[in-house]
Parts: sequence; C-alpha cells; structure tokens
Amino acid sequence: MGTSLGFHFVFAALGVGLPLLMVIVEGLWLRTADRRYYRLARIWSRAMLVLFAIGAVSGTTLAFELGLLWPVFMRNSGAVIGIPFSIEGFAFFIEAIFVGIYLYGWDRLSPVAHWLCSFPIAIAGALSAASVVSVNAWMNTPAGFRLSQGVIVDVDPWAAIFNPATTTEVLHTTLAAYVFVGFAIAAVYALALLRNPKAGDAALAVRVAMFVALAAIPLQLIAGDLSARFDAHTEPLKLASAEGQFQTQRGAPLRIGGLPDPSAHTTRFALEIPRLLSFLAYDDLDAEVRGVDAFPASDRPPVPAVHLAFDAMVGSGFALLGIALWWALATRLGRHEPNAPLSRALVVSGVLALIAMEAGWLVTEEGRQPWIVVGLWRTSEAVTTSPALDLAFYGFSLLYVLLAATLVWSFGRIAREPVREKPSTASGTKP
Amino acid sequence: MNDITLVILIGLGALTLYALFGGADFGGGVWDLLAAGPRRDAQREAIAHAMGPVWETNHVWLIFVIVLMFTCFPAAFAALSVGLYVPLTFVLIGIILRGAAFAFRSQAYHAERHAETWGRLFGIASVIAPFFFGTAVGGLASGTFAWYSPFALTVGVFAVALCAQIAAVFLTLETDGALREDFRARAFAATLAVAAAAVLTPIVAALTAPTTFAALTSHGAPLVIALTALAGLGLFVVLWLKHYALARVLVACETIGILIGWFVAQTGFLIPGMTTPVAAAAPATTLRVFIWLVAIGALFLIPSLLLLFGIFKASRRAR
Repeated sequence: MGTSLGFHFVFAALGVGLPLLMVIVEGLWLRTADRRYYRLARIWSRAMLVLFAIGAVSGTTLAFELGLLWPVFMRNSGAVIGIPFSIEGFAFFIEAIFVGIYLYGWDRLSPVAHWLCSFPIAIAGALSAASVVSVNAWMNTPAGFRLSQGVIVDVDPWAAIFNPATTTEVLHTTLAAYVFVGFAIAAVYALALLRNPKAGDAALAVRVAMFVALAAIPLQLIAGDLSARFDAHTEPLKLASAEGQFQTQRGAPLRIGGLPDPSAHTTRFALEIPRLLSFLAYDDLDAEVRGVDAFPASDRPPVPAVHLAFDAMVGSGFALLGIALWWALATRLGRHEPNAPLSRALVVSGVLALIAMEAGWLVTEEGRQPWIVVGLWRTSEAVTTSPALDLAFYGFSLLYVLLAATLVWSFGRIAREPVREKPSTASGTKP
Repeated sequence: MNDITLVILIGLGALTLYALFGGADFGGGVWDLLAAGPRRDAQREAIAHAMGPVWETNHVWLIFVIVLMFTCFPAAFAALSVGLYVPLTFVLIGIILRGAAFAFRSQAYHAERHAETWGRLFGIASVIAPFFFGTAVGGLASGTFAWYSPFALTVGVFAVALCAQIAAVFLTLETDGALREDFRARAFAATLAVAAAAVLTPIVAALTAPTTFAALTSHGAPLVIALTALAGLGLFVVLWLKHYALARVLVACETIGILIGWFVAQTGFLIPGMTTPVAAAAPATTLRVFIWLVAIGALFLIPSLLLLFGIFKASRRAR
C-alpha cells in the first residue's frame, strides 16, 4: 500500500498539475497563434495519454487495495470516509470523460471548443485530489461521528469532510502538485537544453513551467507555515517530532538538521536558532512548545524519520524558492534563455521538488504513527488477516517499479519523436 | 422505497453499465488477441479506434461500484475483500497490465516489435481480468468464496465468452464492409460460446454445488433465465438478418438478464447465507448523503457522457 501510494502520489500530482499547463499552453497558442505552443500542447497531450492510462489503473488498484489490505480499517470507517471517496469518484468520472475528449478530439473539435475541454480536466483533477486529501486529514483529526462500543454512529459526513485539518492539508497538498509539476517539467526541458542548446521549443517549455513554479512556490511556503501552526495547536506531537523537540520548553529553538536520538531524548548535531520555533508556532518568542516526552511512549511516532523528512521537505522548499528567484532575475522572467549553470540548477530543482513532495507525505504519514486514525485505531490493528499479504505486497511493488520504468522509457520516446504536424491553424476552422 | 433498496438499485445499475461497457473493452482485448485472417491488422485497428477515447471512462464504473460498496456496505466490502482476496488480486493485475499495455502500445507504433509485445500483453490481460471476475462472482454466488470450485471456474469462462460476445456485437456497428463481416462471424461464434456456457453452468451447479443450483431454480430466477435465453436466441436471428442496432439492444438485454438472474439467485443476500444488505449497511445518514451525491453527480455526469459518446459517434458517421 505504501509503495502504491508513494507511486500514485507522483501520478496524482502530475494529474493535477499537467492539465493546468495544458490549459496555459493551448490558451497561449490560441492567443498568439505561435506554433511552438501548439507543438508543446501536442507533445504533452501524448504524455498525458500514457499518464492517465496508468493513473486510472493505479487508482483502481488503490480502491481495491483499501479493501484487500485494510479491511478492518474500511469496515470501521468506510461509512464516514466513503462520502469524500464518492465525490472523488464523480470527479474522476468527469476527468476521464474529458481526457478522452481532449486526447482524441484534437481534429474533431474547433480549437476553442477543444481548449475549453481542458478546463474540466484541471478542475476535476484538483477536486478529486482535494477530496482524497480530506480523507487523509480526517485520519489526522477525525470528526463528524460518534463512537459507540467500537462502532461508528451519528455520522455527519460534512463535518467529516471539513474536519479541522482539511483546509491546511488540502491547500498544502494541492500547491505541492503545482510546484512539483512546474519544476519537474522545467527540469526535463532544462536537461534537453543542456544536451542541445538549440533544442527547439525547450526554452519556451522551461519558461511556461517556471511561471507556474514561480507562482506556486511562495504560496506553498506560506501554506506550509499555516500547516505547521495548525499542527502546533491540534497535533502538537507531530510538530514536536518534526522539529526534533523532545523536552517541553519555553522559547524553544528551531533545529535545522541534526539526528534525533529517542533513547537519549535529544537531537544532536542540529543547527539551533534560539526561540525561533516558539515564534513560528505561536508568534511569541517565549511560548511553551510541548516536546515529544510530554506524550505517552506508546503513542510516539518514529521521531528521527519524521524530523529528517521534515527538514528534507523544508530545505528543498527554500532551495526551490532560491532557484525560482535566480531564474526570474537571470532570465528576466524567461525573456532570455537560461545559461548552463542555471539549467543545471533547474534540472536539480526537478529532483528537489520530488523529494519535497514525497518527504512531505512521509511527515504526515510517519508523524501520525502508531495511529491509522488518530486516537481511534492503531495501524497494527487495521491490517488484513489474509496470509498471502507479503507475497501480494512484493508482487504489486514489483509491478509498480516495472510500470514506472516503462513510463519513463515511454516519455523518452515521446520526447524524441517529432510531432506530426497537422495543417490546422490557431484561427482554423473545423477540419 | 427505502434507502437501502435505492442504493442497491444504483449499485446494480452501475454494475450493469460496467458489465456492458467494461465487458466490451475486455472483449475487444480478446478479439485483439484472436485477430486473424487477411484483415488482422485492420481488426486490431478498429478495436483500438473504438476503445481509445472511452475505455478509461468505461472503467470508472468499476471504481464507482467499489466506492458504493465500501461507503454503503462497509462490512460486506471488508468480508468480500478478505474472502475473494486471490481472484480479486488477479483481476487487479489484469486491469493494470491491460491499461498499461494499451497505452504503451499506442505510443509504440513506430517500433513494430514493441507494439507486438504490448499488444500480446494487452490481449492476455484482457482474458485474465474477466475470467477472475467470473470466478469471484461464482465463488460469491455459491456462498463459500470457493473461487476455484468447478462451478466458479465455469462462471469464469462464461464471463470471458460474454465479454467477447458484447464486443463483437458492438464492433459490427463500428465497422463496415468486409471488416464488419469479420466481426459478424465473431459475434456468431461468441453467441454460440455463451449459449454453451449458459447450458454448462447450471449442469455444473447441479453436479457440484446443489445449494447454488437450488437458488438458480427458485425465487423467480427461472423466469429471468428464460427471458435471457430468449434474448440470446433472438441474437442469432438478428445477426443473421444483419440488424446490427437491434443486435446491440439484445446483447444489452441478455447481459442485464444475466446480472439480474445472478442477483435473484443470491436471494436477497450480499454474501449468500452470511450477510444481508440490512446487516451490512452503513448508518442511515451515510446512505442518504450518498444518494444525494449520486443525484447531484448525475447532473454533471450524464451530459458529459452524452458529449463524449456524441463527439466520437458523430465523427464516425462523418467518416
């Protein structure tokens, strides 16, 4: 399940972010009649065809796996979290329909009608991501029901969907998708530029992608700050783990790096900035921050993993901001082509964006352990009782690795093959 | 009508649409695998052409059914997942491989060798998925989860034949000329196979699964079976007369009949002998909210679906 999710996460992010880029480039083509935008839209459209096929089957797998691997969890909470999943189901329906129209309708619709069909994809993609994330938020801060002898009663689906953590988590995760896609696409084309400085439309692709990245990354840092403040109030244990804060302390320092040692109840080798954590979490240099030790030992997450993942996420986030600003200044918002060092940095930014996203996911998942739903059910109680679990787990993991490898291979082919140009123009009529 | 009945009807409706559209996709894969004769490549192209824009949408019906199950009947969903773990895992592998292979093949047209490999994989996976679906249904209907029983395996074969039949009948309307004759011949062959499976299934049930056989012969199931058989026989006639649109209607009726027959044979249980809908149902609020969601969702879904099928229908007619 972890492998499937980690894998699906990348797909989901591409599924949310890529349609936005399609909306932008096809819109730019209609506006400027610049063929380069058209070619980009066509190439990305082919990548999307493969991507959505894999995304659809990987999504089906997850729906099944919920039952196959977590039957107890589903029996307990299906009645509550089923509603957001149902919303996701409808959003996915709309997405699949318009993806079909969009990908196969290039020559069957007028350019404007075709462009309009990209909007439902982008909107439904964001909506389905938001409803799935609201389920994850519910696992962090469950709401909208009452527990009577271990059975869920008095379900209030709206309170469950809009549980306390939903707003910050949805904001942070959706922005993560745009950040990731922006930098990832920029990285792919920066690599092409490094290999061949005259690589056709690559500079333009970098520009479009970096505009998205540049817009999303500052918002993402703000959303991240909101998430941390939220955690300080409602999930103090997660924040303490993320920050490697073992003792409860007034005027707590912000720790950068370091290695938390749970047995010694301390984080060693960290760069400490005095009082900054108290200030960031509570706007008060002297505020008290509750440490990991203030909570029962049986409820504590694996602090080293959470802290290191958290620092990897925040560190990557600031590095991405730096690279985005460097690009904006050095190329005057893309009016010039990036030079070689900047191109190299852009390639690295794609990797950093992936690290930031997966690390962020680790923080929220590992930070929630040992609970699957905080305060209600422990992860160990929810796993399937089926004996073939290990076998199936390794089988699916292998399948996903193979799929990922083939996908990358396929993207490589798509990138190398020239677009078969059709003699239609921006202002063209129906073919 | 109470909410539980309504949810079951919604589920049955979605399952029927999945059987028809998803079944046509699976069957398309079967005919891709069995493509033969002078028009082998043209057959494959016609299948890919008909499936391309719609297969992902057709697939979402399955996701919808799963979501309905775990939202409205979480206890039954958990029991089914554990009991039918093995066949459902095979179904999943089949679904993943065929989706991936179909997409990768479409990108590999310039490398014949790759296209061939992906095509083979697509075809084989298209047989695996409905076969194990069938065994899961057979295991469920017998109330024992014994998906490997002779009865369940027969249902598996039945499912593959049914998918092939639906696809061949659908494809006669998507093609013309000699290619259409190819699919007409295949529709005849598949209808024969379905008829054979339909005769074999109750015989195997009578010999090896007496409780299931008893269920198949009570509760009005015989009436449904008779009507379904009538639709199947009618198919022979209209295919003979080349009434392809009518054939499409009849194959849909036949599929709906088979699903209803299965449902009636379950005699009001979600899992025969174990779980009734009432016992497995989620709290009343969840059911009510779900029904409202379906109503609101349908407002967006139905026009979008009509648009999708409309666009690709119109362009076919123009061709």
